[in-house]
Amino acid sequence: MNRIVWITGAAAATLAVLAAQTDFHGVIVGNGALPALAVPDFRGDGQSQSFMTVFNQTLWSDLNGAGIFKMVPKGSYPLTVPQQLSDFKVPPPVQNTPVRRNQSPPPPPTGGGLWISDWSGAPTQANYVTVGYAAAQTPKATGNSLFVLRGWLVDLSIPDPANAGALAKTYIESLDEAGARKAAHEFASDILERFGAKSLFGTHIYFVRRTGTLKAPVAEIWVMDPDGKNQRQITHFNAVSDFPAASPDGSKIAFTSWVHGNPGIFVFSVDPVRDLRFYNQRGASVMASPSFTPDGKQIVFMSSVSGCCGIFIANVDGSNVHSITAARSIDSEPKVNPKTGSEIAFSSGRSGPEQIYRMNIDGTDVERLSDGTGEASNPSWHPDGQFLAYAWTRGYMAGAFNIFVMNVARRDYLQLTHGEGKNENPSWAPDGKHIVFMSDRTGRPQIWSMLADGTQQQQLTSEGSSLHPVWGK
Amino acid sequence: MFSKRKITVVCLAVSIALFAEGCKKKVPAPPPPPPPAPAPAAAPATPAAPTVAQFTAEPSTIQRGQSATLRWEIGGEVTSASINSGIGTVRSTGSQQVTPTSSTTYTLTATGPGGTVTSLATVSVATPPPPASAPPSAPMTSRGTITDRLSSDIQDAYFDYDKSDVRGDARDALTRDAAALKAILADFPNAVIMVEGHCDERGSAEYNLGLGDRRASSAKDFLVSVGVPADRLKTISYGKERPQCTDANESCWQKNRRAHFAPGQ
Repeated sequence: MNRIVWITGAAAATLAVLAAQTDFHGVIVGNGALPALAVPDFRGDGQSQSFMTVFNQTLWSDLNGAGIFKMVPKGSYPLTVPQQLSDFKVPPPVQNTPVRRNQSPPPPPTGGGLWISDWSGAPTQANYVTVGYAAAQTPKATGNSLFVLRGWLVDLSIPDPANAGALAKTYIESLDEAGARKAAHEFASDILERFGAKSLFGTHIYFVRRTGTLKAPVAEIWVMDPDGKNQRQITHFNAVSDFPAASPDGSKIAFTSWVHGNPGIFVFSVDPVRDLRFYNQRGASVMASPSFTPDGKQIVFMSSVSGCCGIFIANVDGSNVHSITAARSIDSEPKVNPKTGSEIAFSSGRSGPEQIYRMNIDGTDVERLSDGTGEASNPSWHPDGQFLAYAWTRGYMAGAFNIFVMNVARRDYLQLTHGEGKNENPSWAPDGKHIVFMSDRTGRPQIWSMLADGTQQQQLTSEGSSLHPVWGK
Repeated sequence: MFSKRKITVVCLAVSIALFAEGCKKKVPAPPPPPPPAPAPAAAPATPAAPTVAQFTAEPSTIQRGQSATLRWEIGGEVTSASINSGIGTVRSTGSQQVTPTSSTTYTLTATGPGGTVTSLATVSVATPPPPASAPPSAPMTSRGTITDRLSSDIQDAYFDYDKSDVRGDARDALTRDAAALKAILADFPNAVIMVEGHCDERGSAEYNLGLGDRRASSAKDFLVSVGVPADRLKTISYGKERPQCTDANESCWQKNRRAHFAPGQ
């Protein structure tokens, strides 16, 4: 709880400082005072109660992680928590009892939690509160047990409880942990929508999980939910596969694999998982680092077709290959601007240590974006095409990367991680407010997510070594 | 205000909740143990000796250095079976490749509760005609497999940080490697050698994939320039995917910045 208070406080402070310095927050994270939201624990009847811990954690985590609320710590809530909107009572009219001399005035009257003012006043001081309950039900028709959640969002600025319901909804899921989690995600999603924000529930994070030994490493492509749950293995090559990229519509991934010897590009559909057969150029010792164009019809990648390594573009089946850069140096990690489709950010060693560059999609007008100091790599476009997240060693020794965000037009930047281990491979969430990345701060590479101002850093994986995350729809 | 009924409902909910919480922590009963394996069929009262259904050498005549395949099949109940001439204990059915240097008769011995039987198979070795030219090289069997030869005779070539040009010590190593590689390629006329490019952990994995490719190519180009046939060398980059060691210090990083040699497919 203390940690949450601290993070919320730090986030607010950072926001205030940075809003004055740059325009990052106007665009990426949002401006102004955040509404204070109280999210007390819901209870459930019968069997549903055993899934309420998961439900309450998921609901809190989704609302907190959205970064659009000041989450009111649970320790400051009234003792009685209403379970439905109709539990709220209208306070009785105040009676003027004469105050005798030498006697302190009576404490302000409270409803113990059942009055709107119990939540909007000190010490809770919330603008909104969520209330609700769950029930286990088994309809005779199907015989399947259900997790039924009734949830309300209460607007505490409205004194009459009868009119304070900002949202009232019922969610019916399977009676298990997955069902409770889904109900929480959906309730949170509806609340976020009420505030004009988009839930990340339903999006996918693709990543690489390394196993095997030093001599015989194995790395497979995996996928998980945005909160790290529901991890599933996609490839079963029993070889090294790396560098996943997601298609803009979320239906495909492209990646690099050593399964047939030299590194080659693969394009898979994800549901169902199927190899869509990318044709790799014969005789090219390197075909790697693929990513999709915004229309999803082409792939840009690095290749040694004419020496290592230039940037190339081809159809998603590998046909119709064209060179974009000549291989005078090592050019890699091409990423097409998702908004314009007309420019490519990439990393290159053409001026010495690796730096980030941009060019038009036909290879003209190459410009260096990073300032030439240290090493800069892993460019990832913000969905609006104005910002790049990237890894940079600025202020640290070679190889010690941190995550930065750059305003491409202005070239100013914001540092999001500060030497907590190595932090690499940033990738923007579809909401443009979150970033997923790799950090080895726990001793091994794992996947983390954070808000685009560097707050709310959250570890999503803990098994083996996990790296190269990419956030797809 | 609380009604009596409501308080009762809340209390009930809480107690059910506590009860449910207790249930959740209960460890499910372990699955029942698997059924016992079926008892072995009772042994016949008077067991018969095993029989050798097959024991052949194919082909039965070879040139020196070539291989023949022994195949055998033993019927009946067998407690042990072996073949002499260095093969040792075998299963009741199987095959084994042999490369005798002179004509050899192999004896298959099978023992069961009912007795012991033996069977013979002979591989005749013909002396090969002398090669048309070039003195006979040392027989490769005495020098080991291509993997052994590469690991004993060939050194890795090391590179500077973020560089792929062949530096002084790598030039010396590759010059020695070239002589050894020529000998190995002569001994294994169908073999292709993979020149692997590796990198240290610093820099992006994608960039290092390119750097590894450049290191493999410059090592190959150097070897070709001193006479190693280009069509017998292939390159592959592993970038920083296959490090020798994973410590974060210069001595480890230097070990990982290398061109390494492995048998190709």
